[in-house]
Parts: sequence; structure tokens; C-alpha cells
Amino acid sequence: MYTLPNKLKLFAIIFMVVGAIGIVSGFLATPSTTAEVKEMLSEGHGDGHGEEAATTESHEVVGDTHDTEGHGEEVHDDEAHLTHVMHQMQNRPWSSLYIASFLFFMISLGVLAFYAIQIASQAGWSPVLFRVMEGITAYLIPGGIIMLILLGLSSFNINHLFVWADPEVVAHDKLIQGKSGWLNGWGVMIRAIIFLGGWIAYRQYSLKLSRKQDDATDGKWFKKSFKVSAGFLVFFIYTESVMSWDWLMSFDPHWFSTLYGWYVFAGMIVCAITTIALVTMVLKAQGYLEFVNDSHIHDLAKFMFGFSIFWTYLWFSQFMLIWYANIPEEVTYFVTRIEDFKLPFFGMVVMNFVFPILVLMNSDYKRVNWFVVMAGVVILLGHWLDLFVMVMPATVGTSWYIGIPEISSILFFFGLFVYVVFTALTKAPLLAKGNPFIKESKKFHY
Amino acid sequence: MASKVIHALYTDDDILLQAVKKVRDEHYHIEEIYTPFPVHGLEKAMGLADTRIAITSFLYGLVGLTVSVVMMNFIMIEDWPQDIGGKPSFSYIANMPAFVPVMFELTVFFAAHLMVITFYMRSKLWPFKKAENPDVRTTDDHFLMEVDASNKDIDTISEFMKNTGAVEVKLINKDEDH
Repeated sequence: MYTLPNKLKLFAIIFMVVGAIGIVSGFLATPSTTAEVKEMLSEGHGDGHGEEAATTESHEVVGDTHDTEGHGEEVHDDEAHLTHVMHQMQNRPWSSLYIASFLFFMISLGVLAFYAIQIASQAGWSPVLFRVMEGITAYLIPGGIIMLILLGLSSFNINHLFVWADPEVVAHDKLIQGKSGWLNGWGVMIRAIIFLGGWIAYRQYSLKLSRKQDDATDGKWFKKSFKVSAGFLVFFIYTESVMSWDWLMSFDPHWFSTLYGWYVFAGMIVCAITTIALVTMVLKAQGYLEFVNDSHIHDLAKFMFGFSIFWTYLWFSQFMLIWYANIPEEVTYFVTRIEDFKLPFFGMVVMNFVFPILVLMNSDYKRVNWFVVMAGVVILLGHWLDLFVMVMPATVGTSWYIGIPEISSILFFFGLFVYVVFTALTKAPLLAKGNPFIKESKKFHY
Repeated sequence: MASKVIHALYTDDDILLQAVKKVRDEHYHIEEIYTPFPVHGLEKAMGLADTRIAITSFLYGLVGLTVSVVMMNFIMIEDWPQDIGGKPSFSYIANMPAFVPVMFELTVFFAAHLMVITFYMRSKLWPFKKAENPDVRTTDDHFLMEVDASNKDIDTISEFMKNTGAVEVKLINKDEDH
């Protein structure tokens, strides 16, 4: 049995406290009147985006326009502009919270999907890692509840993150009106509850079966788990896709991409496998998981490498078709990102593609723990940046910056994640000893 | 000078792997092993050096990437500038996304084909090449280990090979000029 080291507990709590303080100070620093905005802008804005904000306004997606009237016209009323910037600044801490919350939530969801794939495919190499995966999916419950709260605040237009939730915007917007049968507060919430309910139900049930299998004499519970996992995967791939439209793509409600669900899934699964590898190595460093050998790490690193390329493939497929066709209502999504988010937009491709492909290409390096850790940290940060580029252009537009609200949100959710996951790991033996493939998995050798 | 080798035949890959370990522990020299299919872990057990084909593959990939970049630049930009989705037609970089599929495909094409050709050349395989395996049964269900027996006591080594699980042990006199 694993016992949570006090040091790790303290570490997680410090992260949560520091993060929480940062998040609160991020909210306190937002302007509440246009006079304050003016003052902040004249102070040089601290980040160099204020000046750009004043000049480049014409190409934004509808996402960041809370004041559709008078925006983008020749008049360009100064007061209207200041109100607009104020709304962007007010959106910033909420968006940061949303992005960090979603990142850790999607890690646990991705691990759940990976776990189900392992069971449904009757994989022989991975059962020694099942308890690690089960521990990571424990975050699905607190993470899911936080996501549901944030989603509720946004889809009922309390924190103004979703433009489609603003009745005034919708009243002047034919395109959103046409989609409001799907994109409305209750619709998104009910779907979110059904999805989260399904995922958590599978998680709890498969966990129960896995624990029962520990003391079983035959493969009865495993067989049951196999059937449930196969069913869950069907449920998952539909709900994950719809979830990505509701929770992420709807930030830009005029724009849509048909492979968005897969794109989000690719990022999710690569983060999930990276996290499995990192947690495994942490536990090994603490002296547990003696049955995990470097061939298991090697396999996880292969998946990290492969899914990084898969993510890039989808990212590029989405980008190139839209870039090539150059249809105004589609291409505006990328124009905004390339003009206002150049560094994060291309930086994340370097972090999520170029870096992992170079570091993890060599077969021997996939067995060197610190190499895998280094690649893993860059991949996780890269996918945070990916989410940043998905969400921020629509909510904060040109007023973006990576500062206290963004970093503290990551710290807070990281602390919470570590606390929940490592506490969950203490709940059961670290070896799923009843799994019918456990012997094969222990002997697994590349 | 004629050299002497022992041919030991096995019928199971697990027994073969065990035998390889025993033979190496006794410091007999394994010349070659002929198997009907690739045996997992055999090259490690024999102590063969790691393959360098992955390095050649990487280099061939870089060659393919370079060829594609130079080729697309010549065809689409220099020789006959093409209008790609209304982008400026005299700039490679402004049209680069359109060339990525070609870059990818040629990288894979070069890496794969040149790697296969390298493998054949390195394994001394080419058309009309005469088979080297000394016993036709190694193409069916037998595994053959060829152990150097020059300057060794033939009886001891034969007995030893039998004890490792060989179903058949033969002494072969090889002519050097074959």
C-alpha cells in the first residue's frame, strides 16, 4: 500500500494556497470602470499589447465583441473602445481559471479513456500501471464539478465568457440565433451533466470491478469490466466530441471545424499518457512500483511520441485546409491567432511537435527517465498553451498576457490535482494483482 | 585451411535461446544462427551489436526532406510560379503550408525505400543470390546454430551441444574458398 508522504501533501497544499492567492489578486486587479482602464493603458499597460489593441481591431472574431454596435466602424468611439478593453480585462482571470481547470480535467478524462482502451483491447503490457491510472482518474470528480461550476457561470452569462450566452449579442446576431437551439445555457448544462455523469459512473464502476478482481479466483470481474469498457469507449468518443464543441469551440460561435473533437482528443490523450508516465516515475522514485520496468516507461514514451505526432497531424490538417481555401468566415479564426497570438500560436507547435519529436525519437532516450520527464513537462505546458490559444483570442483578444492570473491558475489546479491523485493512490494496493494479464505485464520486455 | 564447425539443430525457439546462453557461457564462438522466423531477443542473447539502420533511416529522411523542399521551390516558385489560394506566388515561405504534405511524403518515401535497400545490401541479398542457409529445414521448422569447432575437442563440444537440447549435431568441414 502506498502512503502519502507528508512532504508531498505539503507541496500540494503550498501550490494550492499560492495559486489561490494569485487567482484572487488576479480578480482584484481587473478594472471596474473605463477610467481605470484608461489609466492602465496609459501606464504602458505593462505588457505591450495595449498599444496594439488600440490600432488592430478590425479582424477579430465575434467572440470578443461584447459591444457589437459601434465596433469596427469608422466612428470607433473612444469610450466604446475602453469599455471593450475593460470587458477583455475582466474576462482574463476567468479565462485563465477556465483553461487551467480544463487542462487538468482533460488529463484525468484522457487517462480514463486510455484505461478503458487497455481493458477493452486486453492489453498485456499495461496492467501493472492500472492502479496509477485509476488514481489519476480520481481527479475526474472534483475536476468535473469545478468544470461544471465554471461552465454554469459562463453559459448563464454570469462571467461573460461565452458571447452566445449574452442575450444582447444574440439579438443582433443572425448566425448565433440560428445555433441557439443547441447553444443555450440549459442545453450546454444538461449535456455537461449527462456527459460528466456517464464518465464518472464508468470510472466508479470499473474501479469497483478492478478492486473485486484483486481477490477473485477467475476472470469474472475482468470480463465484466471488458464489456463495460467497450461500451464506455463508444459513449466516450461521441460525448468527448460534443463536449469539445460545447466547452471550447463555442468560444468562437461563428466558426466551426469538423475535426475539432478529434483535435481536442489528441491533445487530451497525449497529456494523459504523459501524466501516467510522470506519476509512475514519481512513485518509482519514492521506492514503489518495483514491478514497473523501463520497458513500461519506454512504451509510455512511445505513446507520447506517437500522439504528439497525431496531434500535430490534426492541428495541421485543420490549419492547412482553412489557410488554403481562404474563406473569410473560416480563416478569420487563424488570422486572429497569427496576428495577435503569434508567439503562443507557433510556440506551441514547437513545444508540442518539434521538441518531443527530437527528444523522443531515439529508442534509448525513451528509457532514460529524465529525458522522458523533460519531454513530458514541455508537452504538458505546450498543451496548456494550446488551450490558451483556443480560448483567449475569443475572450480577452489583444489584452492577453501570461502573468499572475494565468500562472496562479495553473499552480492552484496543479496542487489540487497532485493532492487528489496521490491521495487516491493510497486507497488500494499499487498492483492490480487479480488481473489475468498481470504476469505477462510484469514480465513485459521490449 | 579448412575450418571445422558444428551444426546443432533445435526445434523450439525457447530452447534455442536457452542454448545460446549456455554456449556463450562456455565461451564457444557462435558463427551464425539460421531460423525460420525472427526470434525475439535472439540478437541480444547472441551479444550482437545494436542495429544502426535507425540512424540511416533518419539521415535518409533528412535527404528526402531536402529533396522535397528544393523540388517544390523549383517547380512551384522559380520555374513556373503558381497561384496557391491567392497567396504571393514568388515566396516559398508564404506558400509553405501547401508543400507540407509533399515534404512529409517524400521524407517517408526516402526513409522507407533507402532503408530497405540498405538492409538488403547489408544482408548481402540481391536477385539471383544463392541461399546461404546450410540446411533446408531452417526454412520450415528447425533452428540451426553454427558453432566454431576449430582447435576444440570435437567429442566434448558435440556432447555439450546435445545437452543444450539440440535434436541433431553434425560436424562440418568448411572449405575457405567457397
